[in-house]
Amino acid sequence: MSAENTPSTTGLTTESAVLAGELFGEGVGTQAGPPSVPAAGTGTAGEATPGSHSHGGPTPTGSPAERLTSTDPDAFGVPTGREETWRFTPMRRIRPLLDGAAPSGTGSDAHLAWTTDLPEGVELVSVDADDPLLKGLPEPVDRLAALARQRSGGAAVVRVAPEAQLDRPVTLGLAGTGSEDVVWGQLVVEVGQFAKATVVLDHTGLARYAGGVAVLVGDGAQVTVVSVQDWAPGAVHGGQFDAVVGRDASYKQVVVTLGGDLVRLVSNVQYAGPGGSAELFGVYFSDETQHQEHRLWVDHAVPNCSSNVLYKGALQGEGARTVWIGDVRIRPEATGTDTYELNRNLVLTDGARADSVPNLEIETGEIVGAGHASATGRFDDEQLFYLCSRGIDAETARRLVVRGFFADVVQLIGIDALQDRLMHAIEVRLGALPGLDEQPVEASAGGA
Amino acid sequence: MSVLEIRDLHVSVGEGDDAKEILRGVDLTVRSGETHAIMGPNGSGKSTLAYSIAGHPKYTITGGTVTLDGEDVLAMTVDERARAGLFLAMQYPVEVPGVSVSNFLRTAATAIKGEAPKLRTWVKDVKIEMAGLEMDSAFAERNVNEGFSGGEKKRHEILQMRLLKPKVAILDETDSGLDVDALRVVSEGVNRTRAEGDVGVLLITHYTRILRYIQPDFVHVFVAGRVVDEGGPELAAKLEDEGYAAYVKDSNEQASIEKAASEVVQA
Repeated sequence: MSAENTPSTTGLTTESAVLAGELFGEGVGTQAGPPSVPAAGTGTAGEATPGSHSHGGPTPTGSPAERLTSTDPDAFGVPTGREETWRFTPMRRIRPLLDGAAPSGTGSDAHLAWTTDLPEGVELVSVDADDPLLKGLPEPVDRLAALARQRSGGAAVVRVAPEAQLDRPVTLGLAGTGSEDVVWGQLVVEVGQFAKATVVLDHTGLARYAGGVAVLVGDGAQVTVVSVQDWAPGAVHGGQFDAVVGRDASYKQVVVTLGGDLVRLVSNVQYAGPGGSAELFGVYFSDETQHQEHRLWVDHAVPNCSSNVLYKGALQGEGARTVWIGDVRIRPEATGTDTYELNRNLVLTDGARADSVPNLEIETGEIVGAGHASATGRFDDEQLFYLCSRGIDAETARRLVVRGFFADVVQLIGIDALQDRLMHAIEVRLGALPGLDEQPVEASAGGA
Repeated sequence: MSVLEIRDLHVSVGEGDDAKEILRGVDLTVRSGETHAIMGPNGSGKSTLAYSIAGHPKYTITGGTVTLDGEDVLAMTVDERARAGLFLAMQYPVEVPGVSVSNFLRTAATAIKGEAPKLRTWVKDVKIEMAGLEMDSAFAERNVNEGFSGGEKKRHEILQMRLLKPKVAILDETDSGLDVDALRVVSEGVNRTRAEGDVGVLLITHYTRILRYIQPDFVHVFVAGRVVDEGGPELAAKLEDEGYAAYVKDSNEQASIEKAASEVVQA
């Protein structure tokens, strides 16, 4: 299982910024053209699944043909960190969310402080663990998510009435209160048919939080879910997002991860009927000591649905770490599928590491399109040259490029005030970047 | 009154054994109020000349000088060259995701002028110039060059030239890929700049088509990395009729003579 034996590793997983200069050109990284189903037995070395198209190297990418799902945490065992789905995660730091610490009944009062803004046409209710609604949700895909489902002992449900047209976003502010104990949470967003709604989850403060979010998108509904991880330093957040996209419905998810020590989010999409579309957008910005992991799984099992994934991240500082896993599966019955996924990582300093693993499994040739691209590297020299050739100094040009790199995705949120706040937060972070500050004055210029 | 002087410029790309000389001794002087056309076949080094003057890191200057009003351009960084008064309208302008045209233009104007232009007059100036280039005002809110058509990219380049008001503007194949309408609009923008001010223009082109819209004072024929013939507008007419074949043939003969000579020396 050593990487040397792989005939065509494409350098998508980079130890550091080794791909400088080849960043962001069209077609950089990898790109799958119109795919075809390979003949049986032609899978990449080490991968048994015919038709898989992976760039994760010879190691399995955590996207078996069928994933284990269960509401029972013990069905998954306790991860050691050697499992495919956990091998990137710092186990020591995530451990409290896997141990099931402070089981219900021991009297932990750990919680997140909620602030809510509910427009007309929206209700927020609590349901018990045995509510039929919860039985019908997509099942957890790992121990962390199963524990979150079990320990939260029910769920908060945001219900948007059918055909409702909300006059503003639903906003749920979830603020950590600094407790050492794990907070378990389960949220269900249920949007009726033909309704149009945006729901913002705004995570702040200090917490150890394991949260599940299930979004049920009714037929013909248009739903945007924005999840902002603006945690305080020290926070740990793990969780699973599931979207079930109804017939002819549109689902847009924007994940913005800026704060916290460790954030590990799994986002899954499935389609309940034909004609659905899912857009999964994300930005993340990892400083030294931060670990940010985003794992996506789009399961095309019905005809004529589309998915579009765009995640962009930047890293700066010693030990900054990001992981992006993008799994897309097109099952035999999912004819007419159109899917594309793209991950770009901008490595701003030495000592940071970005892993990027797109994985596409195609089991029918009758699709509209399927592709992916991934690139990790330094600044694009051509962009900098273009800006500098207009008189803009190199430092300002770099700031513009990084700012633009993020704005490209942030502007897809569609909420001006939130976009401004996030861009401001990013700019503050950029200000702390040593290489982007004013060049230090040479010693000879000083009077000392 | 400004003057851009290029003397015996030698430029190569690549490093070490892979280094390849592209420019082989270019001499050229462009003064304010003059329009020079550089014409030559593909691969003759025309674009290399443009990018070398602008300071693209891909090209290595191996000999010669470039000065603007006596100042050593080759010693300047890319942004210093622009602030000194040089402008390059690129053949393939670069996309900058997430950076709006209006933000980009204002940042560039601030850099060139040394202070932020007054918002009210600036907005008005941009509107007027965009209208002059028949660009929709919504254009300003798009990301730089992202999803622009070929014509939009070239209009955007000329828009920048209009707003940044350089001393010497180098237009690298600004005519390539333009339909007749766009070519007319872009050419009119260049002509307005020429008529209004003391700008010097270095127009690099493969075709004579744009010279029907922009009248050059001087025409230089560029083959195999150097200027092989010079003249007035009548030279462009000759090239339209006869093409580059004669020059390229001469150049090939010259190259083989040089090659033979060097082989003799080595022997």
